[in-house]
Amino acid sequence: MTAVLKVEGVNKSFGGLKALNDLNLSVEEGTVHAIIGPNGAGKSTMLNVCIGQLVPDTGSVQFHGENITGKEPYQINQAGISRVFQTPAIFSELTILQNIMVPALAHRDGNFKFNAFKAMGREKELEEEAMRYLEEVSLADAAHDLAASMSRGNKRRLELAMCLIQHPRLLLLDEPTAGMARHDTNRTIDTLKKIKEGGMTKVIIEHDMHVVFSVADRISVLAQGHIIAEGTPDEIRGNPKVQEAYLGGAEI
Amino acid sequence: MMNKPKEMNELLLILIFSAVVLTMPIWLSPLGAAYPDLLQKFAIFGVFAIGYNILFGLTGYLSFGHAAFLGVGSYTAVWSFKLLSMNVLPAVMFSVVLAGLFAAVIGFVSLRRSGIYFSILTLAFAQMSYNLAYSVLTPITNGETGLQLAKEDPRILDSAVVDGLPSTNFFGIELQGFSGFYFCAAFLILGFIIALRIFRSPFGLKLRAIKTNQTRMRYTGFSTRPYLLTAFVISGMYAGLAGALMACTDPLAGAERMQWTASGEVVLMTILGGVGTLFGPLLGVGIIKYFENIFSAINEQALHAIFDFLPTWLEEFMVLITHPFVGEGWHLTLGLLFMLTVAFLPGGVMEGIDYIKKKMSSKDTDETEGTSTTKTAEEGSSS
Repeated sequence: MTAVLKVEGVNKSFGGLKALNDLNLSVEEGTVHAIIGPNGAGKSTMLNVCIGQLVPDTGSVQFHGENITGKEPYQINQAGISRVFQTPAIFSELTILQNIMVPALAHRDGNFKFNAFKAMGREKELEEEAMRYLEEVSLADAAHDLAASMSRGNKRRLELAMCLIQHPRLLLLDEPTAGMARHDTNRTIDTLKKIKEGGMTKVIIEHDMHVVFSVADRISVLAQGHIIAEGTPDEIRGNPKVQEAYLGGAEI
Repeated sequence: MMNKPKEMNELLLILIFSAVVLTMPIWLSPLGAAYPDLLQKFAIFGVFAIGYNILFGLTGYLSFGHAAFLGVGSYTAVWSFKLLSMNVLPAVMFSVVLAGLFAAVIGFVSLRRSGIYFSILTLAFAQMSYNLAYSVLTPITNGETGLQLAKEDPRILDSAVVDGLPSTNFFGIELQGFSGFYFCAAFLILGFIIALRIFRSPFGLKLRAIKTNQTRMRYTGFSTRPYLLTAFVISGMYAGLAGALMACTDPLAGAERMQWTASGEVVLMTILGGVGTLFGPLLGVGIIKYFENIFSAINEQALHAIFDFLPTWLEEFMVLITHPFVGEGWHLTLGLLFMLTVAFLPGGVMEGIDYIKKKMSSKDTDETEGTSTTKTAEEGSSS
């Protein structure tokens, strides 16, 4: 097993607040690695460091052995890391199909290509692939609707499809089921399980323990910017330290 | 239900557009606008607005400095007439290239910021160019007098002695009157074809995606600044072309073409017609230039003639209330029109047309399968 993502000794402070405190994390190839922890533990900050939104004060982030600390977000994405945001980040003024065509183009064309004279209508191959991915998240029927008109749950699923079409080597998911109804949550779990079979490495931040224990292979518990425990779901479930710090002693 | 938006066939669209443009002298004559001078303006500002729309309409970056590129285009063209030849082809080529280079420099700096800061940077650059043209750059721009042709110009490619000043030509065809219009119209059609292809290309889609969520674009693996700079340079080249065409039909160039009001004008045209749509900016050009040239020419006598059929007291009354809106008051009418458009139709005249179209088509579908609520981003741009 090789580490896909390696976070080593990362510190990040905002003014006096130490959001990440000597954070070390290693994500193995092909696993679903869940990060859990109380609000303000630094989970989202950690993802922001991984995708280049934030530059750590000290420490480094390595992806497949390559140091990606301080690289531009687009370089990190082109290297193979895609992220689903906590609030759906989509192109709301474009149609659903166009929304998914854009990342498909990024995957095919790289970070810049001046293809101004080819008609979008001629991109049949790419469009078929896009429709397949929309099918996957049950949005194919609405492909020509404006993305802004969708429900929040659908926006999230669209964003997931937008990330998947890039065939990322590492997918980061920031609370993919937050604010979803139970029914939608279960559908998302199904989708996540399906792509897990494809062997894609995933890091998932989640509050919903039902989701975490359904999909995760490994769990890291983050508190005050530091990993306090790491292990398989069973190990974490039984870890008294985790119950104390994270759950305030309650049963999982 | 799949509702695929209909995209009109490209060739058909180009043919219809060309036909409409080339027959302008015919169908505009009932409106009193079919004289060459105004027709040339329609075509030239059409080029300007189409190009501006590639930046503002697709990426949402509001430039307040595009008149600077127009000015650069005009000066370059006149210098080409003075130094090289009265043939307009080299003039147009040099203008487009130089305006493109100029846009690359200004864009490179301005695009480091977005939103209002970008607008202010472009405005500052344009005003700087305008003031420089009046002061330090006088040897190149001839300051307040404006750059003009002179008898003793070298014109190394065709220095044949002529009586008086030579006139611009396109391989022997003098570009005065209607030939001047058709020359500009050819470039308008060419510019339209290029814009149409950009609008429907992957590149165009990426620009639109930048407009709706630039942050997402970065995390989707796109380096957005080269895209923005490319769009900026392309629209700068269109502006340079428009400036060159102005000089081709009337070979002189003055700094007032670079003033911020000229930049503002193209912003107004684009917004009035419909930002980000293919035809909107052209409609905006038509409306504004029509007002500027036709409405401003209506005087009290003309009003009396219009209301002649009414009883005298009513005629007097109508003339009294309409008088402030025409002649020198055309700005008032235009201002009101602009305010009403922005307040009620933020998508410009094109939104109004789309609305009417939808009303009509939903009436048809109501009877068969209920209302269709599908609205697509494509509709405005390609229907």
